[in-house]
Amino acid sequence: MLRVDVEKQLGEFSLSASFSSEGRVIGLFGASGAGKSSLVNMIAGLLRPDRGTIAIDGETVDDTAAGIHVPTYRRRIGYVFQDARLFPHLSVAQNLDYGRRMNGLAPDPAQHKRIIDLLDIGALRDRRPGKLSGGERQRVALGRALLSKPRLLLLDEPLGALDEGRKLEILPYLVRLRDEANVPMVYVSHDVAELRQLATQIVMLKQGRVTSFGGVKVLT
Amino acid sequence: MFDISPAEWTAILLSLRVAVIATLVATPFGIALAWLLARCDFWGKSVLDALVHLPLVLPPVVTGYLLLLSFGRKGLIGSFLADHLGIVFAFRWTGAALACGVMAFPLLVRPMRLSIEAIDRRLEQAAETLGAAPWKVFFTVTLPLALPGVLAGMVLGFAKAIGEFGATITFVSNIPGETQTISSAIYSLIQTPDGDAAAGRLVIVSIVLAIGALIAAEWFARRATQRLHGN
Repeated sequence: MLRVDVEKQLGEFSLSASFSSEGRVIGLFGASGAGKSSLVNMIAGLLRPDRGTIAIDGETVDDTAAGIHVPTYRRRIGYVFQDARLFPHLSVAQNLDYGRRMNGLAPDPAQHKRIIDLLDIGALRDRRPGKLSGGERQRVALGRALLSKPRLLLLDEPLGALDEGRKLEILPYLVRLRDEANVPMVYVSHDVAELRQLATQIVMLKQGRVTSFGGVKVLT
Repeated sequence: MFDISPAEWTAILLSLRVAVIATLVATPFGIALAWLLARCDFWGKSVLDALVHLPLVLPPVVTGYLLLLSFGRKGLIGSFLADHLGIVFAFRWTGAALACGVMAFPLLVRPMRLSIEAIDRRLEQAAETLGAAPWKVFFTVTLPLALPGVLAGMVLGFAKAIGEFGATITFVSNIPGETQTISSAIYSLIQTPDGDAAAGRLVIVSIVLAIGALIAAEWFARRATQRLHGN
């Protein structure tokens, strides 16, 4: 599903990571500054590796030796950021529809309804992002990413900006997503409890290096 | 007192036409340049920036004279446009529009640039991850978010264009019905005996137009802030 073998120098910090996974949810675990976000941004194509290869679903999207770098917008990924990043000038419904329109996909009412119900965001449709709570915003961001029909969903600390109560409110949605949405995910977090609940495989990062790789039991 | 004569109406309508055309034609260039200055780093950027602001600091008569040299009938660009495209600027209202557009350009670009700079680029990244190619990102995220700034720039540019005097009169002279705008009409009227009342009326018209433009620009700027916060 996902194959990563990259090196990147970012100022003083050097990132060198290699792993390959068929897991449904790959948990990218590490302290802040371990290079998790940089790694995810490379998978998304927002950051270009200095050397190495990245393959999503068998398609090589980065290969520095062959000069391949597929731009972000053609990678067919979904990305949920810590800070939601909903478009402030669009309503919730328009935000949700954005990926479908940009990819020129035909409307898929069945999928649309399934995701709206799964995330419980039907009642928010006509609101503006500025009028949503943090948890609502994050659920809409999840829906927006999923509705673009990605082949891989990247989640960079999606609960990082929420307080404990809100986190507990969103976690069940993520579990349902894992079990029902059928989209492989890369889930970035520094929270062991979150990853225990969600991940099927763990990639542990420390100071830019992969220190362990395996089932959730590596989170000891 | 407030009976506007046909001759005055001619000047007012000409001014409006000149300013509207100048603003509309300058806007796409203004947006492109604002984006370039806000987003790109390239060699000669500060030179380009200075060039854009030049009409603001140069004596208008110099700008007008430079336009005459380059866009006049014998000018390099002017003769080319006249021979090949049939576009003539010299002593025509189109020349007045060109002069006004050039003079208004710095004021038009500035709010556009500021509003583009204020946009959170992470929103554009988010759009890209959703499958939007760069030009789609520009038209669906960047431009709509910058829209209030774009409109504010257009309003300020319009206000400047409608009051432009020095460059216009130097470039296309002061021909009633063709190049005589409100400003040049006032200039003529205060040099004629008994022209005071007519000049006074046109002065009031200019003040109303200018204040209206400032209020509109302020309103658009407030909208910009609201838009960025998603209310």
